[in-house]
Amino acid sequence: MSELLKNTIRFILFILVQVFILFKMPPLHRFITPYLYYLFILWLPFSLSRAGLTLVGFIFGLCLDYFSKTPGLHAAACTLIAYVRPFVIGLLISQEGADKNYIAPSIVSMGWAPYATYVLVLTLLHHTWLVLLEWMSFGSFLYFLGKVIASSAVSLLLVLLTELLFYRKQKFRTNTI
Amino acid sequence: MRNVFLFIRRHFNFLFFLVLQIIALSFLFRYNKFHEAAFMNVSTELTGRINEKYNGIEYYFQLKRTNEALVKENVRLRQLLKENYEAPDSNRRMIVDTIKVDSGRSIRKYNYLEAKVVSSTTALQANYITIHRGFAQQVHPNMGVVGPQGIVGAVVNVSENFATVMSLLHRNSKVVVKLKNGGERGTVEWDGLSPLFLTLKDIPKSAKVAKGDTVLTSPISYLFPANLMVGTVYDIVPDNASNFYTLKIRPSTNFFNIEYVYVVDNRQYEEQRRLEDSTRKKVQ
Repeated sequence: MSELLKNTIRFILFILVQVFILFKMPPLHRFITPYLYYLFILWLPFSLSRAGLTLVGFIFGLCLDYFSKTPGLHAAACTLIAYVRPFVIGLLISQEGADKNYIAPSIVSMGWAPYATYVLVLTLLHHTWLVLLEWMSFGSFLYFLGKVIASSAVSLLLVLLTELLFYRKQKFRTNTI
Repeated sequence: MRNVFLFIRRHFNFLFFLVLQIIALSFLFRYNKFHEAAFMNVSTELTGRINEKYNGIEYYFQLKRTNEALVKENVRLRQLLKENYEAPDSNRRMIVDTIKVDSGRSIRKYNYLEAKVVSSTTALQANYITIHRGFAQQVHPNMGVVGPQGIVGAVVNVSENFATVMSLLHRNSKVVVKLKNGGERGTVEWDGLSPLFLTLKDIPKSAKVAKGDTVLTSPISYLFPANLMVGTVYDIVPDNASNFYTLKIRPSTNFFNIEYVYVVDNRQYEEQRRLEDSTRKKVQ
């Protein structure tokens, strides 16, 4: 399957899962809104240019926004993590040329610890920006802090489950360099 | 000039990011204020269609509960029928009024339109309900929405076949209500804490309030007819500093499994709004 097709299917699936499963779940607590959809941006291939990545993030976030009737909220957060992503990868990548030898960031291509840090940093960034924007319209500081921490914890759990359930096999591409 | 272009080329990624971020934020703040955004019309139609497909499946699991709710509502309405009551005095006299105005004829102020709920959320801070009825079916913004058990919210955005309703579970939602016992007016809001409770403010402490009291819509509301069920008082939050009660209200509508609603068309809304606006202008 080509990368474009694969990512298009992921785009649709992640939005559907977020809108029809995670948003529909009865809320556990006011601090907890489970988010998983941004994993799409984390899974985008290395080869995408930085401007392309930012644009894809924006469009992806906006699509979710039109479902949840909050135009701009998720788009802003997604644009931010899509823009920051290359910097984080640049800092964390351990093997020389891993971003050329593998297609996308994963446990296989980056290693356990760097990949976990990568997910953690971008999750926190995404949630902080998202809840900060929500806080500007309403809420208090306690709400902001509690929601960032609680939602991030739940989201990380979901990401872990997704990574284990949908293990992405990645081939080492030898002839690419 | 050359330096400007060089600057743009050098920092293209960052500038591009900034532009997208600003577009997103302007969308957001504009929507929070006016409830309109670019492509909102098209997207409501599109997401409405997808939601409708999903609801078509989900609806089967709700059929029993929906049926029960509708039967209960029918019973309540049948109890109100004129035929159930007998006038105590059977020989009423007709008196012909000398005034030329036909005062016996009543004017319809509210019209009910039924609509199917295709999507709703309760988990967010800004919860909306999408209904399958749009401006092609006479739904316009600023119409009240009522469910079988009580009021639900207000229409904020309309596309051709779908409309989005700001539910009572929205941080910006405000409805004028009254206590059934004393008739004191207050405002129902949502504090975002739990989807099971609303907050009723501005009831003066002179009012007699007890747990379990009924809260109804007030006759001064623009959107709703008077005396529709809103909820019951669940708790009285102690606040000695204020002259007003803060009451915790349990809404009578169950937002988790709502399937059918009625859109209330206030036929005198425009007229009332226009008059009040022009009054405000004159006084200034």
